[in-house]
Parts: sequence; C-alpha cells; structure tokens
Amino acid sequence: MKRFHLPILIVLLSAIGLGVFAYKVSALGMPLQPDATAETWLVEARVRYQPTGGATTVELRIPNRLPNFSILDEGYVSRGYGLNTLSQADDRVAQWTTRQPRGEQVLYYRATLYRDGDDRSEAEYPGPVAAPEWTEPFHSAAEALIDDVRERSSNIQSFASVLVNDLANAPPASNAAVFIESDDNRTRRTETLIELLATARIPARQVTALRLVDGRRDVEPQTWLEVHNTRRWVPIDPETGTVEYPDDVVVWSHGSAPLLEVSNGENAEVRFAVSRGVQDALATIQRFGETLDTRILDFSTLDLPLGTQNTYRVLLMVPLGAMIIVFLRNVIGIQTFGTFMPVLIALSFRETQLLTGIILFTLIVSLGLVVRFYLEHLRLLLVPRLAAVVSVVIMLMLAISVLSHHLGFERALALSLFPMVILAMTIERMSVVWEEHGPADAITQGVGSLVVAAAAYGLMANRQLEHLLFVFPELLLVLLAITLLLGRYTGYRLTELFRFGRIQDAMRRTD
Amino acid sequence: MPAWLPRFVRPRLLKEQGIVGMNARNARYIAAWNARRFYPRVDDKLQTKQLALDAGLAVPELHGVVRTHRQIRDVRTQLPTYTDGFVIKPAHGAAGDGILVIEGWRGDRPRRAGGRAMELSELDDHMSNILSGMYSLGGRPDVAMIEQRVRFSSIFDSVSYRGVPDIRTVVYRGYPVMAMMRLPTQDSDGKANLHQGAVGTGIDLGSGRTIGGVRYNKPCREHPDSEQSIVGLQIPGWEQLMELAAGCYELSRMGYLGVDVVIDADRGPLILELNARPGLAIQIANGEGLDHRITAVEAHMVARETETPAERARWAAEVFARPENTQRDEP
Repeated sequence: MKRFHLPILIVLLSAIGLGVFAYKVSALGMPLQPDATAETWLVEARVRYQPTGGATTVELRIPNRLPNFSILDEGYVSRGYGLNTLSQADDRVAQWTTRQPRGEQVLYYRATLYRDGDDRSEAEYPGPVAAPEWTEPFHSAAEALIDDVRERSSNIQSFASVLVNDLANAPPASNAAVFIESDDNRTRRTETLIELLATARIPARQVTALRLVDGRRDVEPQTWLEVHNTRRWVPIDPETGTVEYPDDVVVWSHGSAPLLEVSNGENAEVRFAVSRGVQDALATIQRFGETLDTRILDFSTLDLPLGTQNTYRVLLMVPLGAMIIVFLRNVIGIQTFGTFMPVLIALSFRETQLLTGIILFTLIVSLGLVVRFYLEHLRLLLVPRLAAVVSVVIMLMLAISVLSHHLGFERALALSLFPMVILAMTIERMSVVWEEHGPADAITQGVGSLVVAAAAYGLMANRQLEHLLFVFPELLLVLLAITLLLGRYTGYRLTELFRFGRIQDAMRRTD
Repeated sequence: MPAWLPRFVRPRLLKEQGIVGMNARNARYIAAWNARRFYPRVDDKLQTKQLALDAGLAVPELHGVVRTHRQIRDVRTQLPTYTDGFVIKPAHGAAGDGILVIEGWRGDRPRRAGGRAMELSELDDHMSNILSGMYSLGGRPDVAMIEQRVRFSSIFDSVSYRGVPDIRTVVYRGYPVMAMMRLPTQDSDGKANLHQGAVGTGIDLGSGRTIGGVRYNKPCREHPDSEQSIVGLQIPGWEQLMELAAGCYELSRMGYLGVDVVIDADRGPLILELNARPGLAIQIANGEGLDHRITAVEAHMVARETETPAERARWAAEVFARPENTQRDEP
C-alpha cells in the first residue's frame, strides 16, 4: 500500500485539478485566452403611451428564464413611476404605476442577454387538452385533416410539423385551405394551429419571440408555436414548420396575452431595439455564473476585491516558479544561491522587464560584493555586517534610481521592487563562497541563479499562463502533482551526465 | 572532438558503471538511512569528538572550547603554550570552511600553515567570526574549538603541497565501501578540495594502497607540483583506519556516512570529522561507481547478524580489494 500511496495521491490531485478545469471550460465556457471576448445582446423595450387622465398602470411582459439565453443584467428607466415585478407562470410582468402622468410617457426596460447554449430541459406534461367545439364545415374538415396528418406522421412533434406544412402549402379547396383566413399572419396562423392541435388532444401554446439583428431600432415580435411532446415544449415555426429556435431568436414571453397593457392610456405601443455588444469574456462568464445555480463560481478568485486579485495574480505564479526551480535543480542540476531566491528575483523582473532586471541585478550584486569585501577588513560581527550590507544595498538602489531618473531611464525605477534582504543575503553567501571556494565557484553559482531566475521569469511573466492559473486555480493541484512526481526522481541530473562523462577515460573497466 | 565541448554520456552507461547521482544519493541513501535526530552527532564536531572519545576512537586532542566572546581573551593567553601549533575550527562548519591551522610561532606571532605570520588580533577576529555564526549553516551562533594540530606523517610530504592530505571513507550501514585520499596542490592553495584542483586518488580497500586518481576530471598518476607518483603509496595503519571508519557507524547511527581521517606521525589514523552528506567525487577518484559495492553490502547483510566494526572492516577489505593490487604485493 505504501508503494502506491504517492502515485495514487498524484493521480487523485491531477484528476481533481483537471476535472474542475474541464468542467469550468466546457460547462461554464470560461475562456482559456486572456483576451477572449463574448458576444452579448442588449435588448431594449420602449413603451410609449398617451395618458387619458387618472392613475395609470402599465404592464409589460418581460422574460423570466430564457431557454437559450441568460439575462446578465437588466434595468428599468421610468422616472416618477413605482415599479413592481410580478411572476406569472413562465414570465414576469413589469408593473409601472403612477398617479398623475402628463403628456406623452416613455418607459424603458433593458436586458443584456448572453447566449449560453440550448436548454432542452423537461417540462411537466399538462395532460391532453379538451377538443374545441367546431361548427360545420370546420368540424368535418378538421377531423379529416387530422386523420390525414396522423397518417403521415410518427409522433407529436412530426405531427405538428406536418400540420404546419399542410397549412402553409394548402392547395385551394383542400381540407387545410378551410382554415386559412383572409387576414392571415403568424399570430392568426398560430392560433389556428393551436386549435387544430387541440382537436388532436395535443397541448400547444403561443410564444412571443424576438429576432436579434444588430442595430435594428424596430424589431417586430414574432409569434412561435410550442408543442408539448409529453417531455418538453418543442418550438415550431408556424410558417415553415422548422423545429427549434435559430441561434438569433430569443423568447420574450409565453401565452397569447398581449405584451403591453395600459390602463387609463391610449396609443400605447412597445418597440424593441437590439444591439450587439462585445464584452470581456471573463466578466460575462462571471455574471453568467451568478445567474446559474452553481457553487463553483461562488468560490472563484474573480469575486475578490480588485487589489487582492492583482496580488493573487502574482502569487499564483509562485508555485509555477517553484516547480521550475525543482526541475532546474533536480533534473537539470543547475546550482543557485538560495533555493527560492531566483523565484523572488524573477518576480521583480516582472516589473523591470528581463534585460533591465538582469543588468540591475548584476550591478547591485557586484557593487554590493565590492562593499562586502571592504566590510571584511573592518572585521564586523555577522549580524551587524549583514545589516550594513542591507543598508548599503538600499543606498545603492536609491542611487541607481535617482541616477536613472535623471537620465530619463524610467524603467530602472522599478528597482525598488527588488527584494533587498534577499539581495543582501545573496551578496553575503556569494562572498563566503568567493573566499572559501574561489571566484570561479561564486560566479558560476551567481550566473546559475540568474539563468534560473530568467527561466522562471520567462514562464511567470507569460500572460497566458497567468490567466490560466488565476482563472483556474485548481490547476495548482496539477502543479502540485508534478512537483510530487519530481520529488521522487532519483535518476541522473543532466549536469551529471556531463560531469561523469568527462571522466570516462579515468573509469576503470571492470571487465 | 575538442576538449572544451561538453561530453555527455548515456545514463544507461553510468548505470552499468554503478555511478550514483545526486538525486539517488539523497533519496536512497541519505533520506533512507540517516535519521534526522542523529544529525547533531555529525554536524556538531564537538559532540562527534565527545562521542568518539567515549567510544575509544582516536581523534585529535581537544585543547579547549570558546563559547563566548569574553572567553576569546582568556584563551589568547593560553595559545602560546601550544608550541607545536593548533587548529581553530567552528563546531558547525561545513565543507571545511572556517578552519584555521597554526603551525607554530614566530616570536609572539602565530604562523599559519603555509608560512604566513599573523597577528594575534587576527586570531581573535577569526574566533569572533566563528562565534557569530559566519561559518555555520543558517548563520546560527556557534562555538570555536581549539584542538591539537595533527603532525602529519611525513610520507605524504612529496605528494602534497603545503596542506594536509586527508582520507575520506564512505561507510554504508557500518561497512566501509570506498575510500580516497585528497592531496592538496598549489592550485588548490593547500586545500584538500577536489573542485579547486586538489588531486583525488582512490584507495584499494584491501591493501590501503593508492591506485592513482583524477585531477580536474582527468586521469592523473603524478602529483602536479612534485611530479611524484601517486600510485601505490601505502597508507600506514590501514587496518586500523578501516576499523576506525567502521566504528563511526555505531557512534553516529548514520547509514550513509563520510569519515575524514588524517594520519598523525605518532598516533596513526585520527578521525578529523564526520559527514552525513558525503559527496560523489569519491566515485571519480576511484573511477568506479558506489552502487555495485552498496548492493554487495546489502546482500551480505541479509544473511548476517550484527557484526563488530572489526569484522565489518575485514569483510570490506576482503570483498572490495582490487586483484591487481593484491598481486603486486607478492614480490
């Protein structure tokens, strides 16, 4: 069991990390790219009416839960009105009330919609409906039409489609033609279809939908037919018989009740305007997550205050840097001063950029070493000497900053973010190695530290990786798993292949 | 192929040669056999010395211990009485850092190994540095030890430049598995550090003769300064040294241990210090990997009850002897 402990742990950690990551990417659609954008639609309903005196109530039907869109944001513009939203079956009703409106009144409702895939969720079957009472000749025509359609269909959905097509392409004097009226339009047709379907005991309902066309100021609401196939409501275009909504159609309200009702008002009308917006995908997903009933986004890094977020953006890169250090030390075999000093140096390189950072680091460490060798002559005790080196390092940093500011070299000002205590310790360690093992060793290790810091910086400054780790912090579990795996690596280091390669001539042949 | 080009070798070849890499050493030997709680026995040289004395193992004599800055002044008056010289070393020093060897006196000034005369105040500073933790890991306050200067057996004078040749034996679970002698050169500034240009030569565990070694990763059969051969030198008191090394297992409880020994002209092999993380250069000096020998020890231990240090030393001398050296012993 002990032998499998670590492998199981590694598999478990990576499985959890990758699982949550995959869920967030595929189910929530969280963006993998830092600059990803998401398409949103702003739909504006504009209500206009002339008051006829007295207290007025305006009722506008607005969507509640949409099958293929989610409402990221909504707002009402209605000065001087009391606002109330009521839930009604599948929709909501926005109820504006006022006591004494004067002149033409305009009210707005705005919603930001985000397309989040098709919702095929099931709905309770309302049961077979009662057949309407037809008068002749409609009764026999309806019976004949329904029998005929039933012959040519296999289930409720195809029955409805065939029926829609029959009505759409009805030859004159056929059974279907009886039901086509002179003032035919989508709404009239839908009503007829619902009655005919009811004759076949099939529950159906009317739906008001909007077609999303960018920049349209006057979008005409469309009527759609929805048929219940005993499992869910299936949308059907009442003119063409096409099943399911196209991507650019959004359901606004259900039922045949009018969209707008105004008491004590006349010339009431509602107009819809649509415009397309492009938003930062991350913010969109975050708002979308709030509309969903998922716990995962409640614990997201994106909910933190902005300042804290920025801190964690940097901090979450540290495990990555640490893993690089493990790799470079235990698999490649580069020697560095201090185990994690290069990670801290790499963090400060984020501010100074690589080249400037390396120049400044080399400059400060070299000057610090000179001062340190001078301090050696003063024969100080260890801690006071370290304190003196820290002070000198800070003075050097200040001097370099002032100088570079005068020279107009502003980037060097980020120098103040260098971890000065770490620098001081590096200088101290380097001088001890210099004295005990010679300059060659000290410089090798110093350059090694810089190379490792540069490599760590290369990864830690990568925006893509930063985005991934910040938006999907569960990937840290995968990093942890890789680090644990590296912790069990007992093979040769790359530098050892070279070190022992050089002495192959001296190897005694055992055979 | 130009000499400066990196010459890489396939990992499989190294494995066949039994070369132990850093990661394998850390995981398989140090982490597996060196218990954390026994580290102070090895890292604190004062404690090592005490344990060795209790166990009756030969070590350089301890003159005194300086624990506080106040004691520096007291010890200063005492130092000139050690006319044969003395050594000041930190109890927690690593890799030979902070060891100051005084060979004798020139008037009232101490004379360093290598001949340079110093001021007495420099000794004070050195002790002060040791106390403040300059040479200890993590900079923790330390104590300074003053001990007898080993009077080296003169037989290695022709093959060492100024400094002290020392003999490093790697002891695996009580069994000596490999040994090397480190000879200081002019390049290494009298230090026995292979990395700085000292010569490392492997030693045949059976006979205690050197077998020639490497310098700067190249095969080497002569000392670079004196041009004397470093092959076939007999180390005096070899059996004693092997027993001493094996005995260090009991006192340190370390399963993977480096034992550094110097040869005193009068007293023979003396334990200088122990190392819980002996490096891998010994493989280079011997031109052989440690792995096969360690496997042999493990196979031997399976069948064996606990053996005494003397038995272990004898077994190792027998099993790890090099045939070519034994043959040469016959006249």
